[in-house]
Amino acid sequence: MAGQEQKRPQRREDEDTPPPEAPVAQTRESARTDDVDDLLDEIDGVLETNAEEFVHGFVQKGGQ
Amino acid sequence: MTVRRVMGTETEYGVTRPGDPRANPVHLSGQVVRAYATGAGPARALPTGSGWDYADETPLRDARGFEMARALADISQLTDTDDPTTANSVLSNGARLYVDHAHPEYSSPEVVSPRDAVRWDRAGDEVMLQSLATLAAQGEVLRLYKNNVDGKGASYGTHENYLVPRAVPFLTIAAGLLPFFVARQVLVGAGRVGLGQFSERPGFQISQRADYIEAEIGLETTLKRPIVNTRDEPHALGEKYRRLHIIVGDATLCDVGTLLRLGTTSLVLGLIEAGAAPPLELADPVAAIREISHDPGLRHTVELADGRRMTALEILATYRQAVQDHLGDDVDADTREVLDHWDGVAADLATDPTRCVGRVDWVTKLAVLEGYRRRDGLEWGDPRLSAIDIQWSDLDPARGLAARMRASGRLVTVVTPEEVAAAVVDPPVETRAWFRGQCVSRYAGQVRAASWDSVVFEPAPGRRDLRRVQLPEPLRGSRADIGELLDSVGDVDDLLAHLVTGED
Repeated sequence: MAGQEQKRPQRREDEDTPPPEAPVAQTRESARTDDVDDLLDEIDGVLETNAEEFVHGFVQKGGQ
Repeated sequence: MTVRRVMGTETEYGVTRPGDPRANPVHLSGQVVRAYATGAGPARALPTGSGWDYADETPLRDARGFEMARALADISQLTDTDDPTTANSVLSNGARLYVDHAHPEYSSPEVVSPRDAVRWDRAGDEVMLQSLATLAAQGEVLRLYKNNVDGKGASYGTHENYLVPRAVPFLTIAAGLLPFFVARQVLVGAGRVGLGQFSERPGFQISQRADYIEAEIGLETTLKRPIVNTRDEPHALGEKYRRLHIIVGDATLCDVGTLLRLGTTSLVLGLIEAGAAPPLELADPVAAIREISHDPGLRHTVELADGRRMTALEILATYRQAVQDHLGDDVDADTREVLDHWDGVAADLATDPTRCVGRVDWVTKLAVLEGYRRRDGLEWGDPRLSAIDIQWSDLDPARGLAARMRASGRLVTVVTPEEVAAAVVDPPVETRAWFRGQCVSRYAGQVRAASWDSVVFEPAPGRRDLRRVQLPEPLRGSRADIGELLDSVGDVDDLLAHLVTGED
């Protein structure tokens, strides 16, 4: 989380003269990023630990 | 113009026994169906030894006007012979639960609004979860997935059905639907990790199904799958109705995605019936559906027959405008709900698709995948991303990622958990599904078989004296139609006597 806190101001500096709506848009984008990060933290614990084996084992027969 | 018409969904679920990839999927699917019937009991599900009444099924009749010779048919197209090794049940909510090929399938009861389609579609997920719980209590742990691909060449279907008047020529319907179905995926695609039928190239695409679509129009559903399927089994009065069997769509886990999948399609069918479909024709619909699926940036343009090029959003906007032009003054609440979501999603997709997280399946899945790519520096070929794609659609509320997002309020819902729970038991009241479901719950021991347009009674079990009640009109047999009669009759004999004499 701390790493991302630092990234956001840098992203703002990279852009040249943002239009007036930009801070609002960026706040919204940051909020969404935070929400996704919260979600990732939440689902990390339930994700298959051996992804390769899990994917390999998911075999279905064709249907309609 | 209205979204309201007789409609329904069919879901073939992916099925696995963890740690046993060689388990026979037909056997697993049969276990799932039987476990629901035994766990729910005879008043909720006909015993799987009961029959499906195949008398009126004609899977080989083609909407273009000819009937396929049986000898020419692929064996997998024959669904009208009762196979004793597979399980079949009819539920008290009017649905059919059975083994289709190598998947447990839930075919929803007929409903008349997209909102009810969402409700009884999600009831199917609950039916499957109850079955898994019954099996788990017996020590058999299975997993079910509401998706359409295994990423290794296999695809299985999520179908939509719409009742349309027989008078509308099939090729007129197909022509009106083709450009719409090519573009519709940007609203309602489920998203997929991997490009190509065998995921031979890394990447993300909008639709589960697009890479498996190989023809514009055709009868087959298991090979050379078409954008518009010609199967002509009306399950109703054939001279009056056509049942459009749509196989191009993905299984959607966002309520808004399911609502829009059914709702926008019903509106476009309304345009076609009114002779008001926009005059769009694509140069190569099969190529276009893949190109659009492979462009989550939504900038790709596809070529029209007249040489113009349009994006998927532009094609959809053309249909949306035609709907607006023919809407009329009297817009019902079901139609308003669909239009509001259509407009909201289309506007957000055009400006910033990430605003559609929670409403559009592929955008929601992509946000999670991009989150992992950003946080953990994953490339698209990383098996972790493929694993997330699969686990996304696991029905288990603890393991399924979409299910977890819904539970934590991250998915916009159209129906409440209470409405879904009630729909597991109760049939929709506005169609013949109400009669079918009520027969299951009221006369469990005396219903010998059923189908979409019939209920077969065995009034004195064991005597083989069967009585078939035909239901050729999908809107007859509703609660308003027959509820009073059902409440007033004493038993099956009494009911049949009234139905035969027409006293109601």
